[in-house]
Amino acid sequence: MPESVLRLIVNGRPQQLVAADEMTLLEVVRDRLHLHGTKDGCAAGSCGSCTLWVDGVPRLACVTLAKTVQDCEIVTIEGLAGWWGKQHAADAAELHPLQAAFAEQGAVQCGFCTPGMVMGGAALLRDTPSPSRAQIQEALSGHLCRCTGYEQIIRAVQAAGRRMLDEA
Amino acid sequence: MKLEASARQTAQAVPNRIESWAKVTGQALYADDIEWPNMAYGCLVRSPQAHARILGVDLAAARSMPGVLAAIEGPGSSAPYGIMPSNQDEHALAVDKVTYLGEPVAAIAAESFRQAYAAARAVRVEYEALSPVLKAGAPEKSLPQVREESETGNLHKAVDLEFGDVATGLQTASYRREDRLFYQGNNHVALEPHAVTAFWQPNGQIVVQSATQVPHYVQRSLAKALGVPEHLVRVMVPTLGGGFGGKSELFPHEVAAALLSRRCGRPVRITLSREDVFYTHRGRHPVAMKVETGFDAESRIQAMSFESVLDGGAYGSYGIASTYYTGALQPTTYRMGAYRFHGERWYTTKPPCGPKRGHGTTQPRALLEVHMDRVARDLGLDPIELRRKNLQPAYSVTVNQLDITTSGLAACLDAVERMSSWKERRGRLPYGQGLGFACSSYLSGAGLPIYWNPLPHSGVRIAVNRDGGVHVACGLTDIGQGANTVLAVLAAKALGVCLERVQLTTQDTATTPVDLGSYSSRVTMMAGNALLAAAQHMLSLLTEAAAHHWEVPAEAVARDGEDFCVDGGGQRAGWTEVVRWAEAELGPLAASGGYTPAPPRGRHKGSGVGPSPAYSFSACVAEVAVDDLDGRVQVKRLYVAHDPGTPLNPQSVEGQIRGGAVMGLGEALMEAQAFNPDGRHRGPHLLGYRIPTILDVPEIEVAVVGEPDPNGPMGAKEAGQGPLNPVIPAVLNAVREAIGVDLSETPLTPDRVLRALERRRREEAR
Ligand code: FES
Ligand code: FES
Repeated sequence: MPESVLRLIVNGRPQQLVAADEMTLLEVVRDRLHLHGTKDGCAAGSCGSCTLWVDGVPRLACVTLAKTVQDCEIVTIEGLAGWWGKQHAADAAELHPLQAAFAEQGAVQCGFCTPGMVMGGAALLRDTPSPSRAQIQEALSGHLCRCTGYEQIIRAVQAAGRRMLDEA
Repeated sequence: MKLEASARQTAQAVPNRIESWAKVTGQALYADDIEWPNMAYGCLVRSPQAHARILGVDLAAARSMPGVLAAIEGPGSSAPYGIMPSNQDEHALAVDKVTYLGEPVAAIAAESFRQAYAAARAVRVEYEALSPVLKAGAPEKSLPQVREESETGNLHKAVDLEFGDVATGLQTASYRREDRLFYQGNNHVALEPHAVTAFWQPNGQIVVQSATQVPHYVQRSLAKALGVPEHLVRVMVPTLGGGFGGKSELFPHEVAAALLSRRCGRPVRITLSREDVFYTHRGRHPVAMKVETGFDAESRIQAMSFESVLDGGAYGSYGIASTYYTGALQPTTYRMGAYRFHGERWYTTKPPCGPKRGHGTTQPRALLEVHMDRVARDLGLDPIELRRKNLQPAYSVTVNQLDITTSGLAACLDAVERMSSWKERRGRLPYGQGLGFACSSYLSGAGLPIYWNPLPHSGVRIAVNRDGGVHVACGLTDIGQGANTVLAVLAAKALGVCLERVQLTTQDTATTPVDLGSYSSRVTMMAGNALLAAAQHMLSLLTEAAAHHWEVPAEAVARDGEDFCVDGGGQRAGWTEVVRWAEAELGPLAASGGYTPAPPRGRHKGSGVGPSPAYSFSACVAEVAVDDLDGRVQVKRLYVAHDPGTPLNPQSVEGQIRGGAVMGLGEALMEAQAFNPDGRHRGPHLLGYRIPTILDVPEIEVAVVGEPDPNGPMGAKEAGQGPLNPVIPAVLNAVREAIGVDLSETPLTPDRVLRALERRRREEAR
């Protein structure tokens, strides 16, 4: 099985490891870097649970070969608060506003979709500070949630957007 | 930004989830997230055939593959087991034949998952194909028997119940009508696929960490399958990524992980793929149903006869209960003079069906509500009015001997009628648009356990420590519905302390008193009542300690916030201080409580299915638009009302109602666990099996109605399952309103709608 040296910056930290060329980014993040926040709901690009950022763009880690993101910057759910803190010179212990809003608005039930949803939603809010309902639906259309019925997730994105504008 | 929830909670403010912080930061650990030292990975070898005799399993090639640690096959590996005591028909790995495509035949453990997977593909199994059995019901030509040990051929179970004289009731009716519906089966699609880690420790104890809703039943069944005493098996449930009934019994991968662990001496993890989940299934039964009802001159139900034929799949699973449930709850919404039920469940060579949210009541509810709408049409009545004439009242006994306590059913009807502007709009919408109504009810916990025993259904142990912390231990399982939060909030309320004092240990068979599991919407009701009993004990210990200390009678001790004080006297002490007085006097403080529902009223065979301490009620109005060129049904709005008794956690109740409604929408419009003629699943993946996305969900207006129920903890009933049931028939009825065609099959996919329209066109042309 061919292997290569993989270099990534994950949640701000440089990582270097030897990985089989067939490894997905999801396997690298979960099994090799032990960041289990990124979930595997289908391993086939259909549910959005594995969403993380590659150079700031939300990507499905389960259908991304790790070697195709050589030298890229990866942000996972574990690194989102840190990324936010850096942008806003805030305390590293603070949550991204969307994380707080998910908790407050009842957007979390079993929580399995939550990391992917939050990564997708946070990318939307970064680029579109006060998204319309339709924009939120569009941005999260690749993320399945079986528990909430989605309404409370939409409310969380809206609430976080409002709070980010208020505090900007 | 800090979480505003939970940090400085008073006992009154209720957070959505006490563990939300862990779920939004990625810290929450699910079964596939936990790494054990020296862990090995397992993979199941699954049958590529729906029905075949196994002629031989050759593990030799697999054993010599890199990284392989153990390889096992079926014969001799485990004892038969099954969730229902009378249905011990399952083996973890098929023994002499396979009875559905995807049935596990062998299992491999290896150093890595990829190695286990590669080795699993190297296992050679020789099969002799048998004809697949794909239809429930008496066959036209003779078919091979699916379960060869069955004494009734492919008929798994037949049940007959009759209350009152149905034949006379139907004969003397001033109006009667018969309707039929085929309700398609579907899968739970909990977002987290099942996963387990099992470690058969050298000391003989078997530790299992599994994504299950029922650790107690898994412990029992696993001990049986492995032939060890129950106390050697410990089942722990990590954070669970949804269940909906799909993780409610012991599964082959759990047994296989334990067996592989014994072989290789290491903890073994098996995580199912999404495809595996569709084969593991235990989802909603496909059911063919018929109902006939006779009404008197006042349009009241005089007698009803209901028949259901369930396509059970390859094993018994919960099937006996599922069969009874398809007949149990019709009378909890409608009062009727007489009621007859005939149910049959058939074995077929498909993945076994079992319980899914609404267990066995969802399918008959769909037919019953479609039927009531057609009756209303025949009688020239408003559909909601016809229901109003027939509601089973609060504090009554149904014809099938179920005790109803509070009922918010009438209030549910009123709420959705008002929210949807029913009176102003129904019948006045243009062709292609329609409003449809349905109502329903559900259990707040099954009145009897799955295996007979006289023990509490739920137990809670509370310890209060000298640091002022409260530790609550209960075997309940939080499947994502918020059970842990309810328990913690109730503990804080009952003890009069702030929520931050409360720590929980739950979902672990070794360290908590038994709770039977997260099924039948029983947790709030049963663990809640057990908690209240334990808290009452604990409070009396503390109150007496304060009374001794102050040398006053216990009745003189009152509470002011967390503090204890004496009314009118100057004495006052904080919670922790009183705890220390009590510990000094009594030793370490612990109190326990249990809950057992009252015995069911009915004495007939089958009377164990249906009784509950309380029933929830729901109603729904669906507003749809149907495109009669492409057959697409668009649900534009849903109005859902639900009676959960006292909502202990209002945000969570709203979440359950919305989540249930959207799951119902999926069943109504798109979801089908369907098979090709050779027994292959039509699409065992999330592209082939679609569930509602954020784009499919209409606006849903929610109303919470009802009153505190005397049997519920602080008045609470259920909200987890009930709100799903009325959504499906409300959509069916709305589509009828929109295009004037009666549909006789779910889900309402465009092809079905087009076929129905086409039929009507042909009929009109004649
Ligand atoms: S796990 Fe990647 S999309 Fe489902
Ligand atoms: S919260 Fe369970 S899948 Fe979204």
